[in-house]
Amino acid sequence: MASTETKTSPESGSVEAGLDALETAQPGRTPFRKTFVDKVVPPITAIVVVLVVWQGLITLKIVADPTKLPTPGAVWHAFRNDWLQGKLLGYIWTSVSRGLLGFCLALLIGTPLGLLVARVRFVRAAIGPILSGLQSLPSVAWVPPAVIWLGLNNSMMYAVILLGAVPSIANGLVSGVDQVPPLFLRAGRTMGARGLKGTWHVTLPAALPGYVAGMKQGWAFSWRSLMAAEIIANFPDLGTGLGQLLENARTASDMAMVFEAILLILFVGIAIDLLIFSPLERWVLRSRGLLVKG
Amino acid sequence: MATTLAKAAESVEYAARLEQVSKSFATPGGQQLVLDDITLDVAPGEFVTLLGASGCGKSTLLNLVAGLDRPTAGSITTDGRPALMFQEHALFPWLTAGKNIELALKLRGVAKSERRGRAEELLELVRLKGAYGKRVHELSGGMRQRVALARALAQESNLLLMDEPFAALDAITRDVLHDELTRIWSETGLSVLFVTHNVREAVRLAQRVVLLSSRPGRVAREWDVDIPQPRRIEDAPVAELSLEITEVLRGEIRRHGQH
Repeated sequence: MASTETKTSPESGSVEAGLDALETAQPGRTPFRKTFVDKVVPPITAIVVVLVVWQGLITLKIVADPTKLPTPGAVWHAFRNDWLQGKLLGYIWTSVSRGLLGFCLALLIGTPLGLLVARVRFVRAAIGPILSGLQSLPSVAWVPPAVIWLGLNNSMMYAVILLGAVPSIANGLVSGVDQVPPLFLRAGRTMGARGLKGTWHVTLPAALPGYVAGMKQGWAFSWRSLMAAEIIANFPDLGTGLGQLLENARTASDMAMVFEAILLILFVGIAIDLLIFSPLERWVLRSRGLLVKG
Repeated sequence: MATTLAKAAESVEYAARLEQVSKSFATPGGQQLVLDDITLDVAPGEFVTLLGASGCGKSTLLNLVAGLDRPTAGSITTDGRPALMFQEHALFPWLTAGKNIELALKLRGVAKSERRGRAEELLELVRLKGAYGKRVHELSGGMRQRVALARALAQESNLLLMDEPFAALDAITRDVLHDELTRIWSETGLSVLFVTHNVREAVRLAQRVVLLSSRPGRVAREWDVDIPQPRRIEDAPVAELSLEITEVLRGEIRRHGQH
């Protein structure tokens, strides 16, 4: 650094250093105990209350028919049986692998579709409204036509997932692109990021929060669509997923197994969201300073 | 540092040349003339401030010089693509301070192996050594504008356009950044076209102050500022010239209330 050329008053640099120190936020870490009390204790309490009320309904003979409401113990037993017979993970894996594969396909289709709708005015005018309208169509509605087109097989399940998830993913990307501040685009253009370079270096990263929100919703839709499809497409040689487990339990009038299947569907859906999509979203938001610590 | 940033400025006799530039926009009430017949040269290494009240089309003019928009009439020639700094830092929040600078280098075609070192050099130039890995939201307002300045310098343009870059900062931070900008300008030999509505800021920084009238923007008057640097904003000669310019500026504004 050519410090000999420096013409500014000598104390300027130290004033600056002082300002920098004063105005920079001190990073702090929440203590583990506080996280535990704030985040872990409340949901556990809620689960315990539900279990107590459930058991209470049966013990107090408010619901006395075990074919209508099984005891928590019976449901636990159903879980334990499937676990001991080594079938539980198989059910879960069958559905999760279908769900994630379908979701990845939806991502491959929804992303270019979303970009096209966001950037090409004609395409937006043509299919934009339909695309956002499709989000409010329950994906179960796609099951009958998919069965007629493709038959009762795996392709039909993937088709239903795609029809459910693609609009969410595409719409998320479109709203992400729409919310890119024009200032970023101007800044990018003055640096020479125009055309495809601009899309890659400025528009896409700037649209990432909306895109990830769309992915999150896309997963929820994938999972719901898949369950609807699995309940209908119930053949042993297709492999037994959680939807089939639920349908089998209904045919056998086994209420404990019905509860087991419903709980599994719920927990797996939540788990995938908590393990993959929520961390992804938090990371995207936190790295941009958009996540305020609660 | 100074030699790598300074370009062979002698080869051209201006960093920017505006000849009879006019700009009008279509409005519901017909064509509205925003800039009228602006002729202005910025010499290589010169620091010019454009001063004017609201409605003088300062930002429109910078957009034209930056090539983000085209003039309705007249011509603008610049020595290469100018770098532009905004009132908001306009740093990309998904990149660290260092990566923001590296993106500018990358878009200019600097080889990957050289980018990191060059970005660190530029951060050191704006006295932000060690801020390479910091996220934009972790920096204060003044630090963000310094990173934005480093990013603009990374474009290695001969001309730096600044659109009220310090308007949103508090007075002490602004003072410090004035010192920094003067130092960097004298070290690098850049030409600067700096837009502001703050008369003292204009006098504190510039070699030449150009006053624009409002609606439409025209060059109303120019002053050469031959107060030696380093100046401070509260120096008597700065205050004196500011007073003179303010009087003319007020006269310009007053005209609009009379009809």
